[in-house]
Amino acid sequence: MTEPVDVADPQVEAAPSSAAHAAGRPSLSDWFRGDAGEPVRRNLALVAVLLVLYGIGAWSRSDIFLHIHRLWTNELTVLTLASSIGVVAVGMTFVIISGGIDLSVGALLALASVWSTTVSTQGYGALTMVLVAFLVGSLAGFLNGALVAYGRMAPFIATLAMMVASRGLAQKISNKTTQVVKVNGITDIAQRKVLGLPLLVIIFLAVALLAWVLLNRTTFGRRTAAIGGNGEAARLAGISVRRTQVLIYTLSGLCCGIAAVMVTAQANAGSSDHGNLYELQAIAAVIIGGTALAGGRGTIVGSVLGVLVFTQITNLFIVNNLAIEYQLIAQGVIIVAAVLIQQFRVSSLRRARPA
Amino acid sequence: MTAPDTPILKLTGIVKTFPGVRALDGVELEVLPGEVHCLLGQNGAGKSTLIKVLAGVHRPDAGSMLWRGEEVSFSGPQAATKAGIATIYQELDLVDDLTVAENIFLGHEQSSGGFVRRRQMRAEATAVLDRLGHGDIPTARRVGKLPAAAKQIVSMGRALSHDAQLLVMDEPSAVLAHDEVANLFRVIHDLTSRGIAVIYITHRLEEIREIGDRVTVLKDGRTSAVNLPARTTKTDDLVTRMTGRKIEYVFPTRPKRSAVADATPLLEVKGLTRVGEFVDVSLTVRAGEIVGIAGLVGSGRSELLETIYGARASNAGEVRLDGRRLPRGRVTSAVRAGIGLAPEERKSQALILEDRIYRNVTLATFADYATAGITRSSAERSAASHIAKELALQPAGVGRAVKTLSGGNQQKVVLGRWLLDPKTSDDEAPGRRRSRGTRLLLLDEPTRGVDVGARADLYRVIRRLADEGLGVLMVSSEVPEVLGLADRVLVMREGRVLREAAAEELDEETVLDLVMAGSLLEMDSP
Repeated sequence: MTEPVDVADPQVEAAPSSAAHAAGRPSLSDWFRGDAGEPVRRNLALVAVLLVLYGIGAWSRSDIFLHIHRLWTNELTVLTLASSIGVVAVGMTFVIISGGIDLSVGALLALASVWSTTVSTQGYGALTMVLVAFLVGSLAGFLNGALVAYGRMAPFIATLAMMVASRGLAQKISNKTTQVVKVNGITDIAQRKVLGLPLLVIIFLAVALLAWVLLNRTTFGRRTAAIGGNGEAARLAGISVRRTQVLIYTLSGLCCGIAAVMVTAQANAGSSDHGNLYELQAIAAVIIGGTALAGGRGTIVGSVLGVLVFTQITNLFIVNNLAIEYQLIAQGVIIVAAVLIQQFRVSSLRRARPA
Repeated sequence: MTAPDTPILKLTGIVKTFPGVRALDGVELEVLPGEVHCLLGQNGAGKSTLIKVLAGVHRPDAGSMLWRGEEVSFSGPQAATKAGIATIYQELDLVDDLTVAENIFLGHEQSSGGFVRRRQMRAEATAVLDRLGHGDIPTARRVGKLPAAAKQIVSMGRALSHDAQLLVMDEPSAVLAHDEVANLFRVIHDLTSRGIAVIYITHRLEEIREIGDRVTVLKDGRTSAVNLPARTTKTDDLVTRMTGRKIEYVFPTRPKRSAVADATPLLEVKGLTRVGEFVDVSLTVRAGEIVGIAGLVGSGRSELLETIYGARASNAGEVRLDGRRLPRGRVTSAVRAGIGLAPEERKSQALILEDRIYRNVTLATFADYATAGITRSSAERSAASHIAKELALQPAGVGRAVKTLSGGNQQKVVLGRWLLDPKTSDDEAPGRRRSRGTRLLLLDEPTRGVDVGARADLYRVIRRLADEGLGVLMVSSEVPEVLGLADRVLVMREGRVLREAAAEELDEETVLDLVMAGSLLEMDSP
């Protein structure tokens, strides 16, 4: 459309908040109800979903969910289960906010896991193994970013190719065998507890915290959101869009490297089967967490909560001894419900606007 | 059947408002069967909105629409098509990957039992094209491979396949070469001789003489003249009705030029060329000077600005700022050197609509406010507030989403972006790279979609910036705006600069004459 059409009438929109503006800062309840409070409202909705899940747990397995000590132990299990996929989802959040998608995460995790657990790498000790995993993930992510930014490929295509090729390379390197880890430093990661919390959970929370700072408080995070919000406007404002894209995919790859170490430690082995379907779970968690697939907006807290919702559902099925098939069905239903709710919100907003 | 002198379409008092803009403000239009009714008006006069009302895209807020003697109100584009009104937009809405036949029958495919009847569709498509005198267009070919003229015929074919009684054509000649235009006119004659009415929109007055029966002139959303005879109305008359304004724009006074005229050029463009867009353009802009480029859409003016800015890579020529040559095709270098752009499409090219005002203002400079990569929203917010106050942004708060602002205020946000000066902020962190501040502003249609009151405000802001020492290079398809605001004017047509002169030396009709291909005076019948 070429006609000058304004999105909204300033007079109409200004009316409710003008009093607050006159008084200086808007009141807390205005803020909560306004645009700025929207992510908070979403995240509270996810917390509510978690509470509902606890309610279902209390109803179906009151022996666990109504017993504070057993509930704590159970929830630590849930958090541990969520930690590696959570790290991947955090990286994915950046990619999706920038308007892209990264299908290669599961395969990159497998590749990093296999590469860091070959016999020769294991010979150099735990630290080298960790660094190799980080490096493999980052480099593959860098390649993704270069293909997207400088090769002008659609992110879906570039990372799809990376997904297939990396999984293949991982199988080639490991010869499709499970590479058992004989280095104590690695297996320790899955065993150790710090301040009563499993180290894996600490890593997950630390990554999420760093990512929150990166997204909300740094120029890199600002560029990421600008690219996803309006890539052309970002470019014409002098933001180096392509360099930022490369960094974003590299970051996602690095997250896969970190998650690879975590999964390898838990399984006590490297394998080309690790991280199977992680891409779908991570994308689903990010979307449920309120990040728009079209890019521009999203939150780390939302993605973390999205992962927790998913894992809690899995946990409920496990403690109730239900078959895994039902889990998958439930997860599918949750994704559809979350997206439907998002669409409903958007369309109701549109209707509320003056024509 | 209706008698020939009964209008097939009659609009009275059509009003359509968008927030902040009264696009149509009481439009009258009367079209007879079998006539070519020309719609004339400058950019922003409301032609596009009117077309969309006819096509059922927009619903008018007030007024009546009589179609074949009956009051109608279209619920959507399909309703209009069904009633027999077909619209051919400037950007033809054909699907490049489908064949000619598939395009003609798009949305009403010939089928039986859910299966498309290809052979029958092709035969009927050929019949339709035959009626247009173009049975030679292969119906099985993909539309993407056809030349522009043939695409237009296919578009008209689609209209005919719907049994259209009225064909609305939006600047159909804009994409055609000279001999193709003649062919188009032949087809139009053929249609009208069979009683089909055509509304023909154009910028080119000579086409009105050739093809038109009657003319309706739109100006600022109103009809300034109805049913003028197309062949005998004087050109002066048409141009005055198009341009004469009830509301005169108030332009700020120009300062004495002598001081500026001596200044060394801030921007020097030499022999800049981009194949297919503009050729061998040279110009200079001095500090404190506003240079305006007048030209129609497609004259290469926006492309020129974007190339100077580095958003497009030039094929030849050079751009210098303060004597230093800028690398071609690199926006970041241009911004760092001190060039700012307010692009043509504010919403799609300049703003993150969902984001807050202050973050849109600091979109180009947030890194300069940051300390070691950590952004400081308080500093950004206060800097943006300061600029908002300076530009009289309404409403003044900078925490709201930018989408809640009117067009004029959104434009102020874009201007404000380039006026921030992180260098001089009170609490700066030393030792960081600073942009040297913007010294040249490129403004592409700065008042598009901005209502008249807000325009004067923007004009004052732009003039003040120039007085403060900025160089301004401005593009506008509204000639009075260029003449009123700029110190010096370049007239562009078809990718070339035709004339450069001080704004005082030019008048509106001379410029209009230059930008619209063909001399108006020659065609005036004595």
